[in-house]
Amino acid sequence: MTGDVLAIAWRTVSLASLATLVMLPPGIALAWILARRQFPGRAMLETLVSLPLVMPPVATGLMLIWMFGRRGPLGGPLSQLGIDVMFTWRAVVLAGAVMGLPLLVRAARAGFEQVDRRYEEIAGTLGASPRRVFLTISLPLAKRGVLAGALLGFSRALGEFGATIMVAGALPSTRTIAVAIYSYTETGQEAAATTMLAVSASIAFGALLLSNRFASSA
Amino acid sequence: MPVPITLDFLLCQGDFRLEMHERVEARVVALFGPSGSGKTSVLESIAGLRSLERGEIRIGSRTLYDSGAGVDVPSHRRKVGYVPQDLTLFPHMNVKRNILYGARSDRDGGSAEGLEQILSLLELHPFLDRRVGDLSGGERQRVAIARALTTAPLVLLLDEPLTALDRGLRARVLPYLKRIRDELATPMVYVSHDEAEVRALADWVVELDGGRTIRSGPALTPSPKIT
Repeated sequence: MTGDVLAIAWRTVSLASLATLVMLPPGIALAWILARRQFPGRAMLETLVSLPLVMPPVATGLMLIWMFGRRGPLGGPLSQLGIDVMFTWRAVVLAGAVMGLPLLVRAARAGFEQVDRRYEEIAGTLGASPRRVFLTISLPLAKRGVLAGALLGFSRALGEFGATIMVAGALPSTRTIAVAIYSYTETGQEAAATTMLAVSASIAFGALLLSNRFASSA
Repeated sequence: MPVPITLDFLLCQGDFRLEMHERVEARVVALFGPSGSGKTSVLESIAGLRSLERGEIRIGSRTLYDSGAGVDVPSHRRKVGYVPQDLTLFPHMNVKRNILYGARSDRDGGSAEGLEQILSLLELHPFLDRRVGDLSGGERQRVAIARALTTAPLVLLLDEPLTALDRGLRARVLPYLKRIRDELATPMVYVSHDEAEVRALADWVVELDGGRTIRSGPALTPSPKIT
């Protein structure tokens, strides 16, 4: 059982880390756009980004099946390239990234909003292009908010269950801590479920502690 | 050597309206006026940080804004060295990185010799590795000016550069500004309330009130507002 616990814990942490890497580029871009740009449809985008926070995770999972299933608008072309998403480790990453994205965007957006625009303006007068201003001024000054958001997103991906079980099932190759707790409990393996619970709580506690530390000093 | 400077534009922001009709040849143009008269808005218009209604802004032979010709050079391509009143030194960079920020983004403007000259002129060598938060007021001022100068600017825009300094520091920083004017020959548009500063530096004075020019002429022309 110890081997199983370790393998599941390792898989969960590494796939949640990968999900965090996947959500970072779009998450940072969305956070910056929402913090700095006014445009028609901004409220719509803001609502759309937050949707996974309030929708039942299984509903989000169902939408991912529609999009990334073999006949889906994204899953179809990927399947033709030989990349299957559903019921593989990629589905676990996808579910974690989609469910963690809103938390990352919220914290990173707060980070960007706290950056005094004067720094960005003055960097521009010094000849820096908007891209360079973003990379050398906005992002470094918002880094604590971005890091706090990344850790929140990671924590969310770590504990993801509803969407994950829809898109990746409870296969031995895709089983994460949350799914394992459910499976062990269902099959009466209470000791294993309790061990997984302890591992899950420890990792999430550490990640949240770090996230709060970054957020409070942002 | 005096440089032709055209500041002929209209800026409208909410209820505030700023009108300038200046075409002067000067090394240092001083902008005077009470708070809210539009001095900083003039500098930010030149720097490309404000959206103008119409008009022209030219420094030397370079057109920065010309509504008639549809020219509005973006802020990062204007090559102006703006030193705002709050200095806005980048807090996450040390002195050296602050100073080099503009130099690195201006590949055709700066040179190692130019940078060395600026550092020597402003006596900044001892501070290069310091954090900007550890600097005194006068040192911060010099870093902000050096940072603006390393872009090899067409014009240096200084917003009350000595106001926040005590009398002793002012006396120490003023000679640096004179050296920039004389040795680097970079034209300046300079916002100040201090007659001594203006007499020491400027050769043209524009006095503003409520967004309008109420006096414009050579610096030594007596003015009840300045004396």
